[in-house]
Amino acid sequence: MSGGFLRFESISKSFPGVKALDTVSFGVESGSVHALVGENGAGKSTLLKILSGAYRQDSGSIVVAGEHVSFASPIDAIRSGVSVIYQELHLVPEMSIAENIYLGHLPNRFGFLESTVMLDLAATQLAEVGVQVDPREKVGRLPLALRQMVEIAKALTHDARIFAFDEPTSSLSAREVSRLFEIIERLKESGKAVLYVSHRMDEVFSLCNAITVLRDGKHVFTENDLSQTSRSEVVNLMVGREIEDIYGYKSRLIGEPVLEVKDVVAEGIRKPASLTVRAGEIVGIFGLVGAGRTELLKAIFGANRFASGSIWIDGVKRRIESTRDAIKAGIALCPEDRKDEGIFAIRSVKENNNLSARRRNAHMGVFIKERWEHWNALKQVERLRVRTPTIQQHVGNLSGGNQQKVVLGRWLSENPRVILLDEPTRGIDIGAKKEIYDLIYELAESGVGVVVVSSELPEVLGVCDRILVMREGEIVREIDRTEANQGLLLELALPTGDKSGAAA
Amino acid sequence: MRPRQLWETTGILVVFVVFVLILAATVENFATPINIRTILVSVSVVGMVACTMLFCLAGGDFDLSVGSTVALGGVIAALVVNKTGSLAYAVLIPVCVGAVVGMVNGFFIAKVGINALITTLATMQIVRGSAQLASGGSSIGVSNESFAALGQTFWLGLPTPVWLMIGFFIIFGVLLNKTLFGRNTLAVGGNPEAARLAGIAVARTKIAVFTLQGMVAAFAGVVLASRVTSGQPTAGLGLELQVISACVLGGVSLTGGVGTITGVIVGVLIMGVLENAMGLLNIQAFWKLVISGSVLLLAVTLDRLKHKASLRRKAERV
Repeated sequence: MSGGFLRFESISKSFPGVKALDTVSFGVESGSVHALVGENGAGKSTLLKILSGAYRQDSGSIVVAGEHVSFASPIDAIRSGVSVIYQELHLVPEMSIAENIYLGHLPNRFGFLESTVMLDLAATQLAEVGVQVDPREKVGRLPLALRQMVEIAKALTHDARIFAFDEPTSSLSAREVSRLFEIIERLKESGKAVLYVSHRMDEVFSLCNAITVLRDGKHVFTENDLSQTSRSEVVNLMVGREIEDIYGYKSRLIGEPVLEVKDVVAEGIRKPASLTVRAGEIVGIFGLVGAGRTELLKAIFGANRFASGSIWIDGVKRRIESTRDAIKAGIALCPEDRKDEGIFAIRSVKENNNLSARRRNAHMGVFIKERWEHWNALKQVERLRVRTPTIQQHVGNLSGGNQQKVVLGRWLSENPRVILLDEPTRGIDIGAKKEIYDLIYELAESGVGVVVVSSELPEVLGVCDRILVMREGEIVREIDRTEANQGLLLELALPTGDKSGAAA
Repeated sequence: MRPRQLWETTGILVVFVVFVLILAATVENFATPINIRTILVSVSVVGMVACTMLFCLAGGDFDLSVGSTVALGGVIAALVVNKTGSLAYAVLIPVCVGAVVGMVNGFFIAKVGINALITTLATMQIVRGSAQLASGGSSIGVSNESFAALGQTFWLGLPTPVWLMIGFFIIFGVLLNKTLFGRNTLAVGGNPEAARLAGIAVARTKIAVFTLQGMVAAFAGVVLASRVTSGQPTAGLGLELQVISACVLGGVSLTGGVGTITGVIVGVLIMGVLENAMGLLNIQAFWKLVISGSVLLLAVTLDRLKHKASLRRKAERV
């Protein structure tokens, strides 16, 4: 073994002010699933982008099957049999599965599309990745997990020998994840080399057989036999310090109800949903993707209209017809989709931070108070420990964890009574996660009611005082933290009886 | 960060200054007070309308109906002044009509959800047609002394339209940079969903932007009518494209969320200077079109390159 089927040799890459990768070398064997882990900013994504041809390395080289390759563009990478599957998939939603799979090399005769040939080929290709869907179906109609399968099938038509996945499970439900893992197993068995980037240690240890750890752009560790290492060792290598219990739950004094949701029916919520959050309490909502969790939060926040039901804050019924009403009532929502719903990437940290609270802090309600905005942005950045060179920095240039902190800062500036957090730690590294948990406790300690929606069982169990389980648009059960366990929550969350969700 | 921002905001300014210096050195009669005054007057209508077009573009939309609204504003002003002889009415009534046009645009775009291109393409024709109908298809002459004050008087050596344009630049500059409304507009253009979830009234902001746009376009039409002493139903043909070109030249992003008033001012001036220089050089009208179009394409290309460069910088270091 001279270092693997795919080999990175002293790869370095700098961006203005940052050394993203510093002489990184390691190899990935064929027939192996190789985990690539590291905190945000460790250089994983940069490495993947170099592998995919999106970036050029400053120095060093990539070796595939013993040959030095050089990728000037993504097409070169594809031709060399490299397929990188990103979180955001590169598919055309309005076209069929078959068309997507063969995009760029559609079966044709003299330029005329051979539909039947294409559909047959596509069906075979889909069978190979183990999914049964009609290849004529539009990609836009598929659940995310299936779209990933389509992406994999597409890669197989290019004779990809190397697959790299970038956080593929971050928006999948538990069932979809196990499906994806089956396919990755199959890729491994057919001798492909798989590079798997993830923050989730459970996944890494159940799926992968080799691991590489990056830290601050440097290679720190590679083990080709994953059983030779342990979770805690890997985590310690990632952060370079000891972390024991990342949740660090402490019980608190719990007061009067701050938020009462009574019999709310809205888009995505089939049965009247009721819940109460008390001052100082952290209430978790667990459920699979599509169970109505996000919809419930959006209804409470006035972002989705509700058909019936009422919202009470501090025992007073409030009319909430818009997000503005909700904010005035003391409700805040950190949305699930940071990029599309949370941040303004092209604007500064300061601007993002003050977007909402500036309404209450303007001269005569019209003119912006520059000094207050500056002060407030600095205050939140310091409080949340946002890692940014200045408050003038564009938020799009920060890491995921820091972007999330900026969104949190926006809401903390409003001093809300209740804060709704939708997947607050999705796609962010362990260090930043811990900081966000600490902040949640701090908020609760100060008497704010906190609602945490999460797909990560350990997170829900580790952080919340009380957990509501949602399934198919209804709240099915409420469980105290002392009675909850992973098995029970998952069992409640999984669809029962009729297999109506056949597509998933 | 700092030097780069400096380049992004002043880069076009440097280009402009160099351009002007070259013209001053090579083109006869270019750098004379009279010619400079001529340039400023010639851009005054475009300049005023560009102020609100900046808001439209920054908010992620654009407005093709402004040229027609300029014509309608002028025609109505002429009709009103001939009937009443009052300057106040001749300004107020067209501006109100312009506000209605803008509100209709805003309503269909923000509330009904029709895209800005289609909506304003439709109102562009409706409004142009209305101007023709109101005027009976021919221009309406005005011989009222006080009405002429708006377009033909001077103050401190500069014509009133130029002062009005300068006033608009100041007002809308303040509005964009110093008020909630301005920042909210940028936020709406930058990421509409995030803006909504931050409690910004997205639809209301858009409607306000279009309403202002309609009012300013109609007012510019009144000023134009005063300058040429007639309300012409064919006034402002193609103005929308000149205005959008000027904004884009000034670095306003067509995808929304980015734009500065200083950029727009420079963009407007570049357009005016170019037009003027071509006139002084006796360049054939057909060539002028070719050159103007090429300059726009060049500007958009530059914007694109800048955007790409910033994307490359954004290289998420995850």
